[in-house]
Amino acid sequence: MSTEQLVKDVVIKFAGDSGDGMQLTGQQFTNNTALLGIDLATFPDFPAEIRAPQGTLPGVSGFQLHFSSDKVYTPGDLCDVLVAMNAAALKVNLNTLKPGGKIIVNTDGFDAKNLRLANYADGINPLENGSLDSYEVIKMDVTKITREALKEVHELGTKEKDRAKNMFVLGYLYWMYNRSLESTISFLQEKFGKKDVVLQSNIKVLQAGYNYGDTTETFTTRYKVEKAKLASGSYRNIMGNQALAYGLIAASEQSGLPIFLGTYPITPASDILHELSRHKSFGVQTFQAEDEIAGITAAIGASYGGNLGVTTTSGPGMALKTEAMGLAVMLEIPLVIVNVQRGGPSTGLPTKTEQSDLMQAYYGRNGECPMPIVAAHTPSSCFDAAFEAVRIAVEHMTPVILLSDGFIANGAEPWQFPQQENLPTIQVSFAEAKEDEAFMPYSRNEKLARPWAIPGTKGLEHRIGGLEKQNITGNVSYDAENHQTMVLLRQAKVDAVANYIPEQTIDSGAATGKVLILGWGSTYGAIKSAALALQKKGYAVSHAHLTYIRPFPKNLGALLAQFEHVLVPEINNGQLVKIIRSEFLVNAKGYNKIKGNPITTTELEAFVEETYFS
Amino acid sequence: MSAENIVAPVLTAKDFATDQEVRWCPGCGDYSILAQVQKVMPTIGVPKENIAIISGIGCSSRFPYYMNTFGMHSIHGRATAVASGLKATRPELSVWIVTGDGDSLSIGGNHTIHLLRRNFDVNILVFNNQIYGLTKGQYSPTSEEQKITKSTPVGSIDHPFNPLALALGADASFIARSMDRDPKHLQAMLSRSHQHKGSSFLEIYQNCNIFNDGAFEIFTEKSTKPEEALFLEQGKPLVFGANQQKGIKLDGLRPVVVELGDTYNLDDLWIHDETDFYKAQTLVRLFDNPSELNHFPRPFGVFFAKARACYEDMLQLQIQEAIATKGKGDLNKLLRGREVWTID
Repeated sequence: MSTEQLVKDVVIKFAGDSGDGMQLTGQQFTNNTALLGIDLATFPDFPAEIRAPQGTLPGVSGFQLHFSSDKVYTPGDLCDVLVAMNAAALKVNLNTLKPGGKIIVNTDGFDAKNLRLANYADGINPLENGSLDSYEVIKMDVTKITREALKEVHELGTKEKDRAKNMFVLGYLYWMYNRSLESTISFLQEKFGKKDVVLQSNIKVLQAGYNYGDTTETFTTRYKVEKAKLASGSYRNIMGNQALAYGLIAASEQSGLPIFLGTYPITPASDILHELSRHKSFGVQTFQAEDEIAGITAAIGASYGGNLGVTTTSGPGMALKTEAMGLAVMLEIPLVIVNVQRGGPSTGLPTKTEQSDLMQAYYGRNGECPMPIVAAHTPSSCFDAAFEAVRIAVEHMTPVILLSDGFIANGAEPWQFPQQENLPTIQVSFAEAKEDEAFMPYSRNEKLARPWAIPGTKGLEHRIGGLEKQNITGNVSYDAENHQTMVLLRQAKVDAVANYIPEQTIDSGAATGKVLILGWGSTYGAIKSAALALQKKGYAVSHAHLTYIRPFPKNLGALLAQFEHVLVPEINNGQLVKIIRSEFLVNAKGYNKIKGNPITTTELEAFVEETYFS
Repeated sequence: MSAENIVAPVLTAKDFATDQEVRWCPGCGDYSILAQVQKVMPTIGVPKENIAIISGIGCSSRFPYYMNTFGMHSIHGRATAVASGLKATRPELSVWIVTGDGDSLSIGGNHTIHLLRRNFDVNILVFNNQIYGLTKGQYSPTSEEQKITKSTPVGSIDHPFNPLALALGADASFIARSMDRDPKHLQAMLSRSHQHKGSSFLEIYQNCNIFNDGAFEIFTEKSTKPEEALFLEQGKPLVFGANQQKGIKLDGLRPVVVELGDTYNLDDLWIHDETDFYKAQTLVRLFDNPSELNHFPRPFGVFFAKARACYEDMLQLQIQEAIATKGKGDLNKLLRGREVWTID
C-alpha cells in the first residue's frame, strides 16, 4: 500500500524529443494543478526547429512547472522530478535536477540508437552504469506498455499508437500527485471529439498510466500539494501572449476603438496574432501583412482612420519597423508596438528569452524620436501592460512600445482576472470642425496631445506626413527655429506622460537601505524570490520593479537615492543600468546573464550576498 | 426646410486646391496630373472629406499637400501598405495612392504586388518618369537598359520592369495607362479608375523635364503620337496611324500589325475586350522599344477591368458573421475563460 505525503513545493520538468508532446503534457498537468487552486508558474523551453533531428540533443523540448501551496514567483531553479523520454532529454536536463531528485525514464528511449544520438560514448548507458545512483530512478518502458494497452485497437498503426505515449506519462504523474483525470479527459474529448478511435485510445493510455502507478507501486509514497493561500477571488490559468491579447481587447472595449492588428508572424509573438484572430466578435480586425514593415504601416493607416492600430513583433521585426515608428512619432497618432523579445542579435535565439531590445526601444531610431515604453513582468501582467500601452497611446496621441519576452509570453500562471466594470475607461475624442475657426492639426491640449482628426470628418480636411511640421498648423516647415521647437515639443509630450502614471513603489523591503534591486520585465519572479530570501536572512535589501520605462515614474530618482547601492539584474549585457546611470547619476551596477534563459533565484541571491554582505 | 430642398454645393476644381505653394520644377508633368485630378474629383460624387490621398516619397509623393482632401505623405514605398490599413478599416472612404516608379516598383514593390492581389478598392496612380528625380537623376526600375544617368555613367545594366505586366501578374483587377500630356484621356482614365470596384492600377507617363526630358515624347508629340500610341476602346478594333490606316490583328496567339485596305479590313482586327484576361496578357506585352524596327505601337487606355471580391469587404463580413453567430463579444466571459476556481 502506498502512503500519502503532504508536500509544499514541487518542480517537475517534462523533457523529451520535440515530437514527444512534452509541451502538451506539461500544459495539461498545469491546468489540472491550476484548477485545484495551487499556485504555479511554468517555463516552456523548446528548440527553434519544428522537428529537430529525432533523438538528438538540440531536439530536446522541455516544459518546467513549479507548483506550491505557497506563493510561486518563478518556474523554479532546480527540479524535484525530471521526466526524460529519451537519452538526449536526460543528458540535457540532468544538471537541473536536485540531488536525490526523481527521474522518470522511458527505457525505450535509451536503446543503442538513442544513446548514440545523445552522444553517449560507445557502450555507456546512464541507466546501467551507476551514474544516476544519487537519484531515485523510476524506469518504465513507456512505448511497450502503450502499445500493449492499445493492442485491441486495430484501426491504428504502431506509429499512431506511439503518439499516445505522453498520455501514459501524464496518467502516471496524475497518480503520483493524487489527481483526477477529468480535466484531461474533457480536453481530449474536445480535441479528438470527431475521431472516436483516437479519443478512446488516448483516454485508455492515460488511464493505463494512472493504473500502472496504482498496481506496480513503484513509489510507496504519493504526494499531495494543498491549495495556495492566494487572495480570495476567482482565478484562471493564463499565458503571457494570451493575456496580452486580452489586454488589447479590453482596451478596445474600454475605448470604443476597434482593434486593427497589422503584423507578420515571428517567434515568439505569433500567438498574439493567433489569439486576436479568434475574437472577431469583438470587432477585432487582424491583417497578416506581407512583411514587418507592411504590418506597422497598415496599422498606422488604420490608426489614421480612427482605429486602435497595433503591430506585434520580436526584435528583428522591430528593427524593420524602425522607420515607420519614426513616422508615427511625426504623425503623432496612437499606435502600440509590441516587442516580445528573444535572443539576438540578428535571427539570434528565436525560442530563447532575452531582454536585449531595451536600447533598441529607447533609442533605436533616426532623429530625436522619443516614445513611451511599458514593460510586462509576469504572464498575467501582460494584460495590464497592454491596457496601459493603449491608454497612453490614445490619451497622449503617441506610438507606445510594449515590451514582453519569450519567457513570460509562453509562461503561465494563475490569474485573478478583472471584471469589466472595474476597468477604467480610455478617453477618446475625435476632432470636429468648429465654425469660423480654421482647423489646426498640430495644436495641443494640456497633455500636449494634438487632435485626432480622422478622414470622413467634414471641414477637417488636412495633410500630415513625415516631413517636419510647422508648430500648430502642421504645414511642412524647414524653418530652423521651428524644428528645435518641434523636437522639444515631441519630447515634452512624452515626458508629460509621467504626470499620468503611478509613482514607483517598492515591491518588497524597506524604503531605504543598503541595496535596492531594480528590475524590469521577466526577471520579476527571480528578483522577488531572491529579495524575500535575503530579507529573511536579515539583509537590508529591497526590490523595485519598473513597468514604466519611458518616461520613468516621477519619484524614481528620489527612490533610488534612498539606497547605498542599486543593482540592476537583466538578461542582457547591461541596458537599463546604463539608462539609470545616465538619467540619475547613481552608481548602479548590473548583474547580467545572457544565456537565453532566465536568471535564477539562487544565483542572484548568492551574488547579492557575496557582493554586498561578505 | 425639407430634406430635398438642401442642395449639396457643387464643388469645382478650385475647391480641391490648397493654400500650399506647389513646389515641383516649372514644366514638370506633375502639374498636369494635379490639374486633371482636381478636375475629376468634383465629378466622382464623393464628399471631399471622404477622400484620402496617401503617398510615399519622391517628387510625385508631394501630391497630397496640394489636394484639399485628407492626405498623408508617408514613408518611402509604404503608401500602399498605409492605404491598405486605412481602407481595410474604413471601406467607405475613397482612397487614392499617389506614387512614382521608384516608390511603387523599387522600394515599395513588395507592398504594391500584395495590395493588388488582395484587391483593396483603392486607386493607385503611378507617376512613371523612368528616373529618380528627387534624389537628382539616378536610373529607376523602369529606366531603359543602357541609360546613362548619374549612377550609371557607362549605361544601366538593369533590365526594366514592365509595370502593367507586373500588375497583371499580381492579379490586379484593373490596369490602365495614360499620360500627362493628354488631359482628356487622363481625366477619363482617372474616372474609370475611381469607378472600378477593386484595386485600380493606373500608370501615368510623366515627363521629368530636368532629369529625363522627352522620355515619352514619341507617344505625346503630335508628329509621332498617331503612329506610336494606340488608344484602346472597349468593343472597338485596335486601330492606329495618322489616318487610322493600321491595325493589330491576332494571328493565333500572336499579334501582328497590318495595313487596312485590300487585304485586311476592320473586321479582321483584334477587338478590344477589357474583361478578357488572356487578351490583356498579350496587350501588356506590347512594350517594344520604339527605336526597334517593326515595333508595335504602345497601348493607352484600360487594358483589363474585371471585378472580384475586395479584401476590406471580406474582412468586415467575417466580423459581421462572427457577431451574427456568436453575438457581440462579452469581455467578462472572455476574461473568465472556461476553467475557473475560486479561493475564499
